[in-house]
Amino acid sequence: MVIGVLALQGSYNEHIAVLRRLGVRGVEIKKPEQLNSINGLIIPGGESTTMAKLAEYHNLFPALREFVKLGKPVWGTCAGLIFLANKAVGQKEGGQELVGGLDCTVHRNFFGSQIQSFEAELSVPELAATEGGPAHFRGIFIRAPAVLETGADVEVLAAYLKSAEVYFLFIF
Amino acid sequence: MADENIITIYNTNTISTDSNHNPFATKLRQAQHLRGGAIFEVTNLNQAKLAQQAGASAIVVTDPQTHGGGVTRMPDPSVVKEIKRGVSIPVMAKARVGHFVEAQILEAVGVDYVDESEVMSLADDQHHINKHKFGVPFVCGSNGLGEALRRVREGAALIRTEGYGAAGSGNIAATVKSVRSVMGDIRILTNMDNDEVFTYAKKIQAPYDLVAQTKQLGRIPVVHFAAGGIVTPADAALMMQLGCDGVFIGSEIFESPNPYKRVQAMVQAVMNYTDPRALVDLCYGLDEAMAGLNLSEDLNLNEDQIESSGN
Repeated sequence: MVIGVLALQGSYNEHIAVLRRLGVRGVEIKKPEQLNSINGLIIPGGESTTMAKLAEYHNLFPALREFVKLGKPVWGTCAGLIFLANKAVGQKEGGQELVGGLDCTVHRNFFGSQIQSFEAELSVPELAATEGGPAHFRGIFIRAPAVLETGADVEVLAAYLKSAEVYFLFIF
Repeated sequence: MADENIITIYNTNTISTDSNHNPFATKLRQAQHLRGGAIFEVTNLNQAKLAQQAGASAIVVTDPQTHGGGVTRMPDPSVVKEIKRGVSIPVMAKARVGHFVEAQILEAVGVDYVDESEVMSLADDQHHINKHKFGVPFVCGSNGLGEALRRVREGAALIRTEGYGAAGSGNIAATVKSVRSVMGDIRILTNMDNDEVFTYAKKIQAPYDLVAQTKQLGRIPVVHFAAGGIVTPADAALMMQLGCDGVFIGSEIFESPNPYKRVQAMVQAVMNYTDPRALVDLCYGLDEAMAGLNLSEDLNLNEDQIESSGN
């Protein structure tokens, strides 16, 4: 099994290192044709506008959308979440091209800029039940996006509650 | 470049007594988002917007006087504010070495990073800012491994290895020398007997725990960028191949005939740094692009100057 990590910019090295620790082969994806040879894809965190510009320049969007349509598993971390959302708000003027596939609306930099970054304990009962491990996970929110609403088919694995509103975190 | 590319944080109780709350770790993780990217120095909103459009992963706001000689200080906060409102990518701004009030002001304005820049006039020639006192992450310059780790111990979340005098000169020789020095020292360190690390830490005048961590990781424990005289896509790719996580590009790039194309070429070069065929296209039209840059004849590397600027 080979998992690809989109390697345009951002923390792709970290994701490949984790895959290696798990004993899975990870490859850097920089070109559309490389998507044909992988079983799953990870879109890492980074600067989403930079990644979008590079993806556009290298004609990756059609291939990425095709990959998602084929039903292959895709994981998006932070900036990756923004790529995979069907709709994004809080954009700079002109917006940003998206891959789509996850039926949700995401808001960029929802929690503010760097100084508003924080860590929070998240309860993850479903993950603990199916995969074992602790029932809590320390989530790190750095200029993080938030999911404002999700479609009917989306399963929320963990959520972070802030005052009266709920900001979803892991969605499947 | 070592296999393990994760930046991990060791929770040392000397810095934080609360093991559940480690703000330095948050700053380091924030900086990881910048890896594999190019950061551009800008002096106004137009340059900032252009850089964002062309794919910059962040920008550093500088006072236009910085490369002109005379005393150079932090940029006008109103300019920083205007730029912060006008772009969505992270905005950094420069403060003088040791000038913690300039840093406080920039933090109050809302920048994403403060760049404690030795390229500007020094406000304090003995002490750098105690960066742990701030919520905003800092970028610090270095020209060797010892200096880099000293900055990290003071609280720097990103190290900018810069050749002395290279900024604005168009000449990367000093920067390459500094980067090779850092990488070379890391290579020596990783092959060293563990018992010898204590003396090595004393020799390079760096905290032992950070030296040990560097040895274990095979890299410095924070994001590591190169800066100074990087003007062509080939220069950017060179820095990446030497082992850096990204590059800073000076504002002189905006004086070239087609700045958008130049910025885009630098961003592309950082992404495709291992692929010479991709770099070929990026280097077309280099002659006209370099016309606007002042290239220095020789680099006056005065040993005394290097000694006093490195604390």
